[in-house]
Amino acid sequence: MKITQHATESTLTLSLDGELDASSSVLLDTELSKPEILRNQKVLIDCRQLHYISSAGLGVFISHLQSFQDAGVKLVFFNMQEKVHNVFEILGLDSLMTIVPSEAEAEAI
Amino acid sequence: MKHAIRISCTRRNLKVVRDFVSDFLTSHALSSLVINQIVLAVDEVVANLIIHGNGEDESQFLDVRVQLQNHEFGIEIEDHNLTSYSPSSYQEPDLQEYVRIGKKGGVGMMLVNRIMDRVEFTTHSTHNLCRLYKKLA
Repeated sequence: MKITQHATESTLTLSLDGELDASSSVLLDTELSKPEILRNQKVLIDCRQLHYISSAGLGVFISHLQSFQDAGVKLVFFNMQEKVHNVFEILGLDSLMTIVPSEAEAEAI
Repeated sequence: MKHAIRISCTRRNLKVVRDFVSDFLTSHALSSLVINQIVLAVDEVVANLIIHGNGEDESQFLDVRVQLQNHEFGIEIEDHNLTSYSPSSYQEPDLQEYVRIGKKGGVGMMLVNRIMDRVEFTTHSTHNLCRLYKKLA
């Protein structure tokens, strides 16, 4: 798993490249646990190169969602592959998290 | 076509098992969505057995065997641990509550149960055996 960051004044975009499983999800958890991430208005997750996610990866997002909401930070996923989106759907997480098709739509939120 | 592999109990081998199952299923003309679902269910059980069942002890190993019979995919995952591992007390979690309390784990078996048609855990004196089945159209 490789995570690339792109920051503007109020938005942090994390581009995920690879597979998020019980082995690699620690890296993502470390990134989302940094206190400064809550200074952003939005954290966008670019999933174009995310080829796989297991419960360990989902658990990282689940565990940070409330602290993001409490801090007024919007967490938005975009460019999600169908098979990855399907995993969110199986658990009903697509209704608890904001997932949009494109980067433009993510930025407009 | 190889129908069985043995892996040591380390998280690094999760990818090895995923590729093994994916390669097996790819040769049976299934959609990428279905393949991903089955691979995910297997990954969840293998991760549980490696991490919780065997404490990531690399001297321990898992045997993984797959088959496709009468349009039903079946997989056996066996460890050789004297400690029993069986998530028999499993209950569907409340995800909104998980979000509220910031819980990191606990949705793996929810995925397995929602994806597979049958999930069986049996404990024997010298090993634990998990069997997963899914009917394929």
